[in-house]
Amino acid sequence: MSTLVIAEHDNTNLKPATLNTVAAANVIGGAVHILVIGNACQSVADEAAAVEGVEKVILADDSAYENQLAESTANLIKSISANYSHILAPATTFGKNVLPRLSALLDVQQISEITEVVSDDTFKRPIYAGSCIATVKSSDSIKVITVRATAFDPVNASGGSASIETMSADGVSDLSSFVNEEIAQSDRPELTAASIVISGGRGMQSGDNFHLLETIADKLGAAVGASRAAVDAGFVPNDYQVGQTGKIVAPDLYIAVGISGAIQHLAGMKDSKVIVAINKDEDAPIFQVADYGLVADLFNALPELAEQL
Amino acid sequence: MKIVVPIKRVVDYNVKVRPLGDQSDVDLNNVKMAMNPFCEIAIEEAVRLKEAGTATEVIAVTVGKTDSQEQLRTALALGADRAILVETDSLLEPLAIAKALAKVIEAESPQLVILGKQAIDGDNNQTGQMLAALLNYGQATFASEISIERDSASVTREIDGGLQTIQVSLPAIITTDLRLNEPRYASLPNIMKAKKKELDVQPIDAMGIDTAPRMELLSVELPAARQEGIKVESIEELVSKLKNEAKVIS
Repeated sequence: MSTLVIAEHDNTNLKPATLNTVAAANVIGGAVHILVIGNACQSVADEAAAVEGVEKVILADDSAYENQLAESTANLIKSISANYSHILAPATTFGKNVLPRLSALLDVQQISEITEVVSDDTFKRPIYAGSCIATVKSSDSIKVITVRATAFDPVNASGGSASIETMSADGVSDLSSFVNEEIAQSDRPELTAASIVISGGRGMQSGDNFHLLETIADKLGAAVGASRAAVDAGFVPNDYQVGQTGKIVAPDLYIAVGISGAIQHLAGMKDSKVIVAINKDEDAPIFQVADYGLVADLFNALPELAEQL
Repeated sequence: MKIVVPIKRVVDYNVKVRPLGDQSDVDLNNVKMAMNPFCEIAIEEAVRLKEAGTATEVIAVTVGKTDSQEQLRTALALGADRAILVETDSLLEPLAIAKALAKVIEAESPQLVILGKQAIDGDNNQTGQMLAALLNYGQATFASEISIERDSASVTREIDGGLQTIQVSLPAIITTDLRLNEPRYASLPNIMKAKKKELDVQPIDAMGIDTAPRMELLSVELPAARQEGIKVESIEELVSKLKNEAKVIS
């Protein structure tokens, strides 16, 4: 039994979600290999080789993989899949894009967004926006799995000394091609990796008012998020969205400001260790999941909070 | 250009789903059903392409029980020209659904297939990508903007860090994200008209595909409940609790 973990990276750095995925692979048991698919990404392979508990890193470094498009990436993974009992990727937009395609190429039924490994063939995963947790047992010979990163504590990024093997491009496809990318630039930590997140909802009333959250975020070293209502209202871009259809976060501290607590939003943050809710409506459902609730007008509360931090 | 839009009948998004008493599955007795919200966005996008003169025909397809005809009629009322139900009594997994859809698409040979990125019941987010693999089509998932050119589509995708634009050769599979469009409501005259539109029922058994389940559902439980929290009276109290009790800030 051995597990192949598909690395999440940007051709320069290994993304933290990979470490959580390796942690899930460790629970399954057996040898863990990491596959790095990209272009001019030796530094990523070196980082992957240092990850604790990894036996081998396979590096597919080719200009065809610069943007890790689904068609070529899935074909490449398929070419080495026979060596593995499990193939895992983080349930990021990258993993969610590529793994189902691989899964169909292998004629196996993928298991999406697992939050617990019960045994090597049995896993827990949330369904209906996290309203229920299903335990499922797979009978496929290769288990293709995406991993909800926040459900597994990351392994150490250092301490390992895996060998690095290279492989050539295989099954490169021209069905799709990259045009361009607009990646949001921010000095604040990434939402899914931040230990503190402060999010605003419709109660913020405008995008301009998000500066009230940003001031606090900068004092706490926090990331700034938003509810779907705030995104739909056009206050902030979609990459701020925390929820069932946005990002799933589980920081040490989550501060929900002016967010009512729709089930859609709760699905994305209710596994946070400590939840604070600030809302002027004392009946808002967000208070049911909050460890500390403050019924207050956010336009008074936020400046006061900023002052006291 | 012909567009096929696969859709799914799911529990209405306002319903709070609970496990059955014996935890064997979720309790779907007497709950309101509806078209999956991401599928509504897919239908809307296809209908807009038709209204813009880019598409000539929009075909809604689903794989499910007889009662899924209700959601196909909704799709027809929203502007689809005809509908196909691949009928099965079993609850199929995404791979089996993708195989059935692939058969329909091979028969219809559309230039474009648009479907929701995920269904809000299983939250799997698989069918579109699987369908693309089975048909050997290019895929553009999580679309927030689609523009059709001669023999390709330029698609802007919602990715974790922002937006990515890719070009896919047609025929292609596109899956919809939330911001692609805002779906319309069906008007009463269109609901009446939809009753007369063609709805073809094809038994899945005639397709010669392997739909055997690969996963066994062992149990369905409620997630672990959070310990009940407290209300604080002031920001001062909140900051003190976070520092001294929860110890999450210093």
